[in-house]
Amino acid sequence: MQRRILRQKNMITVTSGALITVGFLSLWAWSNVLVFEWALIIASILGVAPIAIQAYQALRVRVVSIDVLVTIAVLGAFLIRNFEESAIVTFLFLFGAFLEQRTLNKTRSAIKELTEMAPESALKQMEDGQFVEVDVEEVDVGDILLVKTGAKVPVDGRVLVGEASINEASITGESIPVAKGEGSPVFAGTILDNGTVQIVADRVGEDTTFGRIIELVEEAQDSKSEAERFIDRFSKYYTPAVLVLSFLVWLFSRHLELAITILVLGCPGALVIGVPVSNVAGIGNGARHGVLLKGSEVIGDFSRVDTMVFDKTGTLTVGNPSVAEKAYYGANHEQALAYLASVERESDHPLAKAVLEEIGDTEAYVVENTEVVKGGGIVATVDSHRVAVGNAALMERESVALSAEARADLARFEKNGNSLVLSAVDGELKIMMGVRDPIRPGVKEHLRRLRKLGVKNLVVLSGDNQGTVDVVSRELGLTEAYGHMLPEDKAAYIRRLIEEEGRIVAFVGDGVNDSPSLALAQIGIAMGGGTDVAIETSDVVLINSDFSRLPHALGLTKATARNMRQNILIAVGVVAVLLVSLIFSDWMNMSIGMLVHEGSILAVILNGMRLLRYKLPE
Amino acid sequence: MKTATIQLETLTCPSCLQKIEGALKKLDGVDQESTKVMFNSGKVRLNFDEDTISIDQIKEAITTVGYEVQKATVR
Repeated sequence: MQRRILRQKNMITVTSGALITVGFLSLWAWSNVLVFEWALIIASILGVAPIAIQAYQALRVRVVSIDVLVTIAVLGAFLIRNFEESAIVTFLFLFGAFLEQRTLNKTRSAIKELTEMAPESALKQMEDGQFVEVDVEEVDVGDILLVKTGAKVPVDGRVLVGEASINEASITGESIPVAKGEGSPVFAGTILDNGTVQIVADRVGEDTTFGRIIELVEEAQDSKSEAERFIDRFSKYYTPAVLVLSFLVWLFSRHLELAITILVLGCPGALVIGVPVSNVAGIGNGARHGVLLKGSEVIGDFSRVDTMVFDKTGTLTVGNPSVAEKAYYGANHEQALAYLASVERESDHPLAKAVLEEIGDTEAYVVENTEVVKGGGIVATVDSHRVAVGNAALMERESVALSAEARADLARFEKNGNSLVLSAVDGELKIMMGVRDPIRPGVKEHLRRLRKLGVKNLVVLSGDNQGTVDVVSRELGLTEAYGHMLPEDKAAYIRRLIEEEGRIVAFVGDGVNDSPSLALAQIGIAMGGGTDVAIETSDVVLINSDFSRLPHALGLTKATARNMRQNILIAVGVVAVLLVSLIFSDWMNMSIGMLVHEGSILAVILNGMRLLRYKLPE
Repeated sequence: MKTATIQLETLTCPSCLQKIEGALKKLDGVDQESTKVMFNSGKVRLNFDEDTISIDQIKEAITTVGYEVQKATVR
């Protein structure tokens, strides 16, 4: 019975609206008071039924909800035979709730679109070798799945057989299809454009990259800031307080009408919903534009940022360096090149890749006793020689003497903006290479926009030499530039900015070796190509490592923070105006109070929805 | 201990949260600390002891306070 009434809520709203219209028509057109009264009585009883049920359910778990206030107010109006008020108040309350549900769904639509991209079914290989369509939840790690043209990849995995081009826009934001062959990784939620592949499942369900992103976005939209938690606590005591107040008014003034009017006016409508609405619309806009904002706390901090610190490699620059200059010292450098290549093959450092590309094929030696020197390079034994590959600091540590010629080259290479790869064999310098990493296209323009949005200091920190960093900094017009920074130096620098200079710092990095800085800065922004560490440790993720999203992200958080303040102002303003008019004017009554309340709730929702269309002005 | 994710109908009033939370926290076998009702996504996440309480009983508790359960997954 209770459930049936609740399910018919929309029907009840329409009927009660129609009854009220009929009532007033018969009063004005035919002056028929009898029809008028009975229409309104039936409308009141119909309308209050679902509200009273909700109120009863709330009271059972000891919550004084808005429904409780409204139910008591309507019963009170009934008692003093003011059927006009009781009918109109219930109708407005129900109709308002209906509109709120519809518009709230709109504000949440952006995130809903994202979750709806989640795969639902998969073709799984059964024991007899046949592929059968199953629910995606029935896929386990290690299962073999078939993915055909036009289908969604159901899980994260590797290609076992076949070839295909896959659109990975849902993960990377890049809509140009990527070619996949045997052994290539594939990601859940991406769409197979062309071809057919069999894949083996590595990660399923919420463990997939896509699942993780959805979970984060969902948690982000419901994570609460300090201010929101305050409002929550406040409203927990606020509604019971209104109830007590109205009771006291009745007790002392014996004026039932005034008491129940206070109940309606006191409803905490827009206040509790205003902030979450801005929040969800802002995060939804970001999710659509490749910016993952992890919650409203992040929005608040990011909107006030005054210093942005960048990692250089892969953030300001392309991250794909190549050898631009080189010099050899002493005899037998062919041998040294082969040693160098052998050592670099062990490393996944971006500089190593550039060096290998430059050297090409050489004889391969066994590399032993490899020691990675943090922020320096690698020392290893190759062909029973001690080989050191790394920067000038490493050479010093290894007490490799640099000739005057080498020192001159070193200075020149550095000045030209190169990172240095020096190779010494048995303590003697053999090769010096200068590796340069071109600046990402468009970065200069994006930095200009960040400055326009109010970021005062743009800083670059890098493990590279000062020369390289200075060249990048000059070209981009940064405020400060520091080279020779180890991960812990970067973290210490950021700590100093925050604690001693009181700045609000955002750190932008690639998320793997920069995780201490990402965690320390008030806002850690990961240029994540969907890597786990980046997604976990940061507050903001630029999904496609797309630097151009950064100004949009900053502009969006500023707009969202502004939107929240507007909504709080609307909510508080409305309650204040209502209470003042109750005391000082004679036109205030329950119906008008309810109308204004529902109007203000719709106003904050519509205001929040503006954020869905937010675009950074040119 | 199992983790349940329960998808509800659209939630419109924040007092819904208090109601659902209140109803769930009264249940025996539900880990109170882990119970999280998410307003915007309309989801409930909680850990529960499957020896003490079944997922159907949890769903029933939510329906009793007046909210429709659309889907529940247990892991």
